[in-house]
Amino acid sequence: MAATTEEVPTGRTGGSPGPGVPWRVRMRNDSRLAAILFLLPAVLILVGLLGYPLVLGVWLSLTNETLAESGQFVGLSNFIYLVQDPVFRTAVFNTVLYTVVSIFFKYILGMALALLLNRKLRFKGLLRAVFLLPWVVPTVLSAIAWWWIFDSQFSILSWIGIHLGLIHHNINFLGSPWNARWSVIAVDIWRGTPFFAISLLAGLQTVPKSLHEAADMDGATSWQRFRHVTLPMLSGITAIVVTFSAIFTFSDFSLVYSITRGGPNNATHLLATLAYQEAIQGGNLSEGAAIAMFIVPVLFAVTLLTYFKVSRRKW
Amino acid sequence: MSRDGDKFPPALHTSELARMAASGVSRRSLLRSMGLGVGALAAGSLLSACGGSSAGGAPQVVKSGPIEKGAKLKLLRWSAFVDADQTNWEKNTQAFTQKTGVPVSIDWETWTDVQPKAATAAHVGSGPDLAIAFYDTPQQFPDKLVDLSDVADDISSKAGAWFSTPQKYGQSNGQWIAIPLGANGAEWNYRVSWAKAAGFSEFPKDTDGLLEFAKAMKTDGHPIGLALGHAVGDANTWTHWLIWAFGGMTVDSNGKIAVDQDGTIKALEYAKQFGDQMISGVASWDDSNNNKAYLAGQLGATSNGISIYYSAQSDAPDVAADTMTAEFPVGPVGKPTQFHQISQFMVYAYTQYPNAAKEYIKFMMAPEQYKPWMEASEGYVSPPLESYTQDPFWTSKPQFTPYRDAAKNMLWDGYSGPMGIQSSQALADYVVVDMVARAATGQQSPKDSANQAAAQLKRIYGV
Repeated sequence: MAATTEEVPTGRTGGSPGPGVPWRVRMRNDSRLAAILFLLPAVLILVGLLGYPLVLGVWLSLTNETLAESGQFVGLSNFIYLVQDPVFRTAVFNTVLYTVVSIFFKYILGMALALLLNRKLRFKGLLRAVFLLPWVVPTVLSAIAWWWIFDSQFSILSWIGIHLGLIHHNINFLGSPWNARWSVIAVDIWRGTPFFAISLLAGLQTVPKSLHEAADMDGATSWQRFRHVTLPMLSGITAIVVTFSAIFTFSDFSLVYSITRGGPNNATHLLATLAYQEAIQGGNLSEGAAIAMFIVPVLFAVTLLTYFKVSRRKW
Repeated sequence: MSRDGDKFPPALHTSELARMAASGVSRRSLLRSMGLGVGALAAGSLLSACGGSSAGGAPQVVKSGPIEKGAKLKLLRWSAFVDADQTNWEKNTQAFTQKTGVPVSIDWETWTDVQPKAATAAHVGSGPDLAIAFYDTPQQFPDKLVDLSDVADDISSKAGAWFSTPQKYGQSNGQWIAIPLGANGAEWNYRVSWAKAAGFSEFPKDTDGLLEFAKAMKTDGHPIGLALGHAVGDANTWTHWLIWAFGGMTVDSNGKIAVDQDGTIKALEYAKQFGDQMISGVASWDDSNNNKAYLAGQLGATSNGISIYYSAQSDAPDVAADTMTAEFPVGPVGKPTQFHQISQFMVYAYTQYPNAAKEYIKFMMAPEQYKPWMEASEGYVSPPLESYTQDPFWTSKPQFTPYRDAAKNMLWDGYSGPMGIQSSQALADYVVVDMVARAATGQQSPKDSANQAAAQLKRIYGV
């Protein structure tokens, strides 16, 4: 049998080796089986790490479970309450504002940075590494640094402003609702811009020079080349970057929790921070799960929207 | 002014919530613990927080007996604010191990991380054998804890009576579900020379005097500052004190929402005047901001644990030399209405070594171990037992004395209603802090702010 096994042709590209072939050989040569085996770990991880918590979260959001007691099925009552709850509505507003404004500015600034880095510059490698720093530094660390920068008594920004004569007293960055909102949005823009810049830079470097040369010969201006050559060529990478950023920003937790813990007066709560507060700190698991559930359809919609509207093509 | 713990707070066991029958760790615990862990990674949101359960009810009664063979313990404890606290705690723990042969590993966690970790462990049925958590965390899941009534009796037999509020925190339906370690007292720290310059030879004893003090200090350029952001300790402690000092409360003794009544409105009117005297930016302050500002010499007074004085001695000796401490003034109700972060031992029902855990608590709370540790902690933990407050340590330095009676003079979370999941959630949601902050910063009128808090509480309490 061993000799027979050796004679079985290898390197098949598909289909079954046929009956009568030992199972070990069949496994080795059946590409469909191999595909399943290779995919299995990923599928198991996805089911275990995404599928199960998601299903559990959906179930809990339909119950009245707390840390203390088992829950009973209560239908949509958590969701019905939440849409009437002013704190939840504030969190939804904050999350949408935080995501939309952040992504808009991250895209604009990221594109500007990418265009700059795509030019012939001295120390380009070093500059790229420096610009990437805000993205690679752990969020909690950078959030703590910004928390100091925004400190009501020791803010370096206030100190500079006072010494330059621009202001006469410290800026209350985190003490009033709108100041706090803009402050955390600014930090997220600072943190996320390098991701856009590096990704778009990678996209820029795939744009064939011949297209720009052809547009040049046709008399196109710089803006026209950017608008009609560069941007369309970047649509694919833009779709990916915007989708990823939307997912990360909409479900962000660590930045806001580290800087404001949702304050002042719940003015900076995002859905994720509010869910954590309600479920883990407050012990109301079902309500926390329901809040988290609001994130899922939005992220799904963002993904689809970006996929179909921004890329405008099938990948 | 009465400081008699027997007279106030009121008698124990009022309006306790009825509990369902006890049960063991649920069949879904393991699966749910998996969900809890992986969800955090996968969803990046609260999908992670949604794990397991068992029916609510009474604590798990474990018949006391000898320490289990091969027992070893894992303790979850908040990391020390005073270095000698940790040193002495570990020393006592080693002594316990030498005496019993039971090794004890201690997870020192940042104090704000203890509550979620302790609650998660209870819910999934896996984790440390025992924990020391803050506020009314044990009241959230009494059925997932071991009945410690025999431990409480044993400690009391050696160290005397418990103060009433710590006892209330430790009990559910007459059974001890947790053993109070003590109250991490929050009292006033102020600059003596600046106070004298402002015309105050001692710290005010009542709320009217406190307002005058705040005005005078601001006029002299040394404003007071108290946290009004989402500060778990510093904001909760003084805002609750304020509401109660004027007769306000979130919930009455019948469990009805009472936050929108006269006492609270008066407290919020006071808060507006009081807030106007504070240094700017307090609405964003967390638990560390007042420490930084005080040590930098920007504050004339603030409320904090004695750790601020401890830090000043090493980091800002000139500030420490000019610092005196004082108890929270008494409001129109005429009685102390302090609120502090109580710290409690609790033993999880899932532990394999409940008797070892009980012995550990008894050992650590016994006078031979507790007193040296209490002294080494320099007053950071106010004892829950009357006899320990009579220790000469508390009068060895005038700065220590105001912290001595923190556990005696405190009220409880959710006063004057029952403690439980609702009071915990109200605290976690910063209902009182935000209510005071809205009024103090002028975002809302006192009445509107109280009404908003009432709406939040009605939802939380389900009424």
